[in-house]
Amino acid sequence: MAMRTGILHDLIKTIGAALLGACRDLAPIVVVIALFQVLVLRQPFPELFSVLAGLGLVIVGLAFFVVGLDIGLFPLGETLAEEFAHKGSLVWLLVFAFALGFGTTVAEPALIAVTREGARAAAEAALIDNTSAVIQRYALHVRLTVAFSVGIAIVLGVLRILRGWSLPMIVVGGYVLVMVMTLFAPKEIVGLAYDLGGVTTSTVTVPLVTALGVGLARTIRGRNPLTDGFGLIALASLTPMIFVMVLGLFVH
Amino acid sequence: MELFLDPMKLLLATAKDVLPVLGLLVLFQMVVLRKPLPRPGRIIFGFCLVLVGMACFLGGLDLALFPVGRTMALQLAKGAQSGGREIWAAYGWIYLFAFLVGFSTTIAEPSLIAVANKAEEASYKAVSSLGLRIAVALGVAVGITLGTFRIVTGTPLYIYILAGYVVVAIQTYFAPRMIIPLAYDSGGVTTSTVTVPLVAALGLGLASNVPGRSPVLDGFGLIAFASLFPIISVLGYAQMVQWIVGRRNRKT
Repeated sequence: MAMRTGILHDLIKTIGAALLGACRDLAPIVVVIALFQVLVLRQPFPELFSVLAGLGLVIVGLAFFVVGLDIGLFPLGETLAEEFAHKGSLVWLLVFAFALGFGTTVAEPALIAVTREGARAAAEAALIDNTSAVIQRYALHVRLTVAFSVGIAIVLGVLRILRGWSLPMIVVGGYVLVMVMTLFAPKEIVGLAYDLGGVTTSTVTVPLVTALGVGLARTIRGRNPLTDGFGLIALASLTPMIFVMVLGLFVH
Repeated sequence: MELFLDPMKLLLATAKDVLPVLGLLVLFQMVVLRKPLPRPGRIIFGFCLVLVGMACFLGGLDLALFPVGRTMALQLAKGAQSGGREIWAAYGWIYLFAFLVGFSTTIAEPSLIAVANKAEEASYKAVSSLGLRIAVALGVAVGITLGTFRIVTGTPLYIYILAGYVVVAIQTYFAPRMIIPLAYDSGGVTTSTVTVPLVAALGLGLASNVPGRSPVLDGFGLIAFASLFPIISVLGYAQMVQWIVGRRNRKT
């Protein structure tokens, strides 16, 4: 019984810390907006009550989300990443790398939010039918495409760490591909595709992918965790632009 | 909004989003590595927290951050149109707002602080943690500001991105090699889960309120800019440090 209350106590403490963290994330935004409302716009904010309730929900939601990841998914994902980095089977390592990139990206809250906004904007512009089923399907397709491309990026990044390929060469090559695709893709999708590059990698993906990269760089002789462990995120921000534009070729 | 009124539906939709991650991790642990799950009760509890957290977060986004982004864009754009100055110059407050949101949310970003501290350690204090954070925050701020300027003027997105890529490629050639993977990653890491939806809504709201702009064609790109410019500013900061250290060495 005493142990149980100990666990509960720890949990309350962690959630408290996460709540504080979420408030700190939001504080700069709230301060800047409040400043503008008071000094520049000098008009009452519309629907202030529902916005405040929403902010409360965002804070609570973010805190629960982060604590849940910390106690449930991250320990499991990190040990798995370490084990596959040590195991020595290249095929399984690559399969795991793809699954990790795909799975973590599908669950990224910022990605869910932005694909939904993108789909709504596409519906308002009459690019797709303005019914909620069509909008949801469009958002899901874009999200799955992004998740697939992050999976590919992580596989490529793992191969790079193993073989010691030069990161600048791959990244500059990727830039060229982005520009070539921009020539061919329908111009309605280009903006969304560019944005999705930056959206993909946040709360869920970064810690797990970094664990894989640093674990790999540590197990291989002559690799430096700083220079070789980094670089996975850069690739994961690049491939979604290319693949979402490819998707655009098929959809529009 | 309609999702928020139906918490069960939102929870179910969230479960569909997050289940694949858990499924993958469990599958790899039990089928590929053939090991039992460590502490299954803890994992399930953490997973439930993730679910509830994400549902609250997405509900809160719809109530707070999306409307706030759009309202700020609407109010600031309205103020600009009553002026009668040159079109791009009239939107001064928007640029200032974009700059402040970008700078203030990035400078306090926890994942950036962690990365900056690691970089300071690895470079034997040649790169200072605070200097790196300021470089990234300035990059994001200038990026978002330029992004709003682009939406107001309606110039094509790919020209800016292409120019940015060329600058990054040239800088990569001259910058110290150690900093390159870190600089590339800093682009993807810095845009947090809270900032992304607000900035996306700001862009879409701005494009629907500036006369002659369409949300689908012009509303995106802010996040792309916020991920590209930190690469340039971090590489630039590293080059500056290298130049100063080199000049000091030549003198003594």
